Amino acid sequence: MYEPIIELNHVSFKVADKLILNDVNFSVDKGEFVTITGPSGSGKSTLLKIIASMLSQTAGTIQYKGKKIEEYDPIDYRKEVSYGFQTAVLFGKTVKDNLVFPYEIRQKLFDQDKAIGYLEKVGLDETYLTKNINDLSGGEKQRIALIRNVLILPEVLLLDEVTSALDEENKKIIGHFIEEMNQTEQVTVLWVTHNPSEVAESDRVISIINGGVKEKNGLENQ
Amino acid sequence: MDLRINNTSLIFAMGLVLVALAIVYREKLDLGKDIIIGVIRAVIQLVIVGYVLGYVFKLDNNIITFTMVLVIIFNASYNAGKRSQGLPNAFKISFIAILTATSLTLVILLLSGSLVFKPSQIVPITGMIASNSMIAIGISYRNLNGKFADQRQQVLEKLALGADLKQASISIVRDSIKAGMSPTIDSAKTVGLVSLPGMMSGLMFAGVDPTHAIKYQIMVTFMLLSTTSIASVIASYMAYKNFYNEQKQLIG
Ligand SMILES: Nc1ncnc2c1ncn2[C@@H]1O[C@H](COP(=O)(O)OP(=O)(O)OP(=O)(O)O)[C@@H](O)[C@H]1O
Ligand SMILES: [Mg+2]
Repeated sequence: MYEPIIELNHVSFKVADKLILNDVNFSVDKGEFVTITGPSGSGKSTLLKIIASMLSQTAGTIQYKGKKIEEYDPIDYRKEVSYGFQTAVLFGKTVKDNLVFPYEIRQKLFDQDKAIGYLEKVGLDETYLTKNINDLSGGEKQRIALIRNVLILPEVLLLDEVTSALDEENKKIIGHFIEEMNQTEQVTVLWVTHNPSEVAESDRVISIINGGVKEKNGLENQ
Repeated sequence: MDLRINNTSLIFAMGLVLVALAIVYREKLDLGKDIIIGVIRAVIQLVIVGYVLGYVFKLDNNIITFTMVLVIIFNASYNAGKRSQGLPNAFKISFIAILTATSLTLVILLLSGSLVFKPSQIVPITGMIASNSMIAIGISYRNLNGKFADQRQQVLEKLALGADLKQASISIVRDSIKAGMSPTIDSAKTVGLVSLPGMMSGLMFAGVDPTHAIKYQIMVTFMLLSTTSIASVIASYMAYKNFYNEQKQLIG
């Protein structure tokens, strides 16, 4: 019954003869919370970008809900498999411009109460809505970018070191926020982190070293 | 009429080029070769154009006039395409944009009675329209290239959130249209105050009363506004898709 929601088979990525990902195989079940870790430059961000269809692998296949991701319209797919960049950048003028965007692209009405609720959950508040994006700290930007990813809940959340600019306390708050998405909303989470305590807390860790999966623990089906 | 420029007076006027060359050599600007090539090309191109136009005006044949119009549009598109800094399909896009802008504007000018369909009016007006479209498109392309580079991460964020290509690019597209149109709008604001534009100057040179000459200049102002807006809109909307690949990923 545990159909994997995402399944990678022999995924490689090569740029100008440089092999950045080399034969990566793993699968993630629906509702799982998986941590990806590994040294800097090992290919974690590249891997997430490929799963997010922001880049295309040069060999191998990625299946989402049993179908190759190339068979989906990339725009529909990205609405379901949402990627948060390692170096999040906000667009437009205000925080609100960013939070309205997920609704705008779906021709939906902005749910301001929900947005305020999420701002509060990540330690910010209503006054942030009208703030200019250039007046925010790095950690505030990261948190707003994260809310942008989850305001309209995706099936899969791919998060690339989204707590890197936060202090320990805020790291915890965001960690719980993401866990909550996973536990109460059954959002499948794949997140990249270097933080030892975040790694220690996860049920399953995939280490990427030198472009390949080097160790796995927990349940997985190859 | 008192139009008595002749070859001898032109040869003396060439002294003006020497002024430019003297400055360039004194300041070591390394532009001497470009100036000489520019001058030689201008002279040769204009002599040829003068004879060709003289012939076309005398012939007054609709097919030949149409062909001239197409040649002008083709050349303008080719040059706009060259200014695109490697944008794919730039010639095709420029051609569609300039052809549409020019045809629509010409038709309106003809229907309104501002112009009559004879080569001595159609050909120079087409030249003005097409070259202004070319410049507008060139600016739009430059703006697209610049903004897609500067705002690359913002575009990526929008795509990652599930925006379609238009939603991810629209702010850049609008900005590029604006950039293409703005020189025309700016010059409309100062026309007559700073510069006496070519159309009006030419007519006044030929002895036309300034109060009549300005009517043509007013028409030119209107037509350039329409032309540059049509050309920039078409070119920007057609060009932005080229920044993405089949998988709807941002290229580069
Ligand atoms: N488009 C590209 N062209 C060339 N090399 C690239 C490209 N993208 C990534 N790389 C290289 O691939 C390797 C992996 O990069 P990636 O960003 O995936 O690493 P990472 O594991 O996320 O590192 P970090 O922990 O520092 O974020 C690096 O050596 C990087 O320089
Ligand atoms: Mg990374």
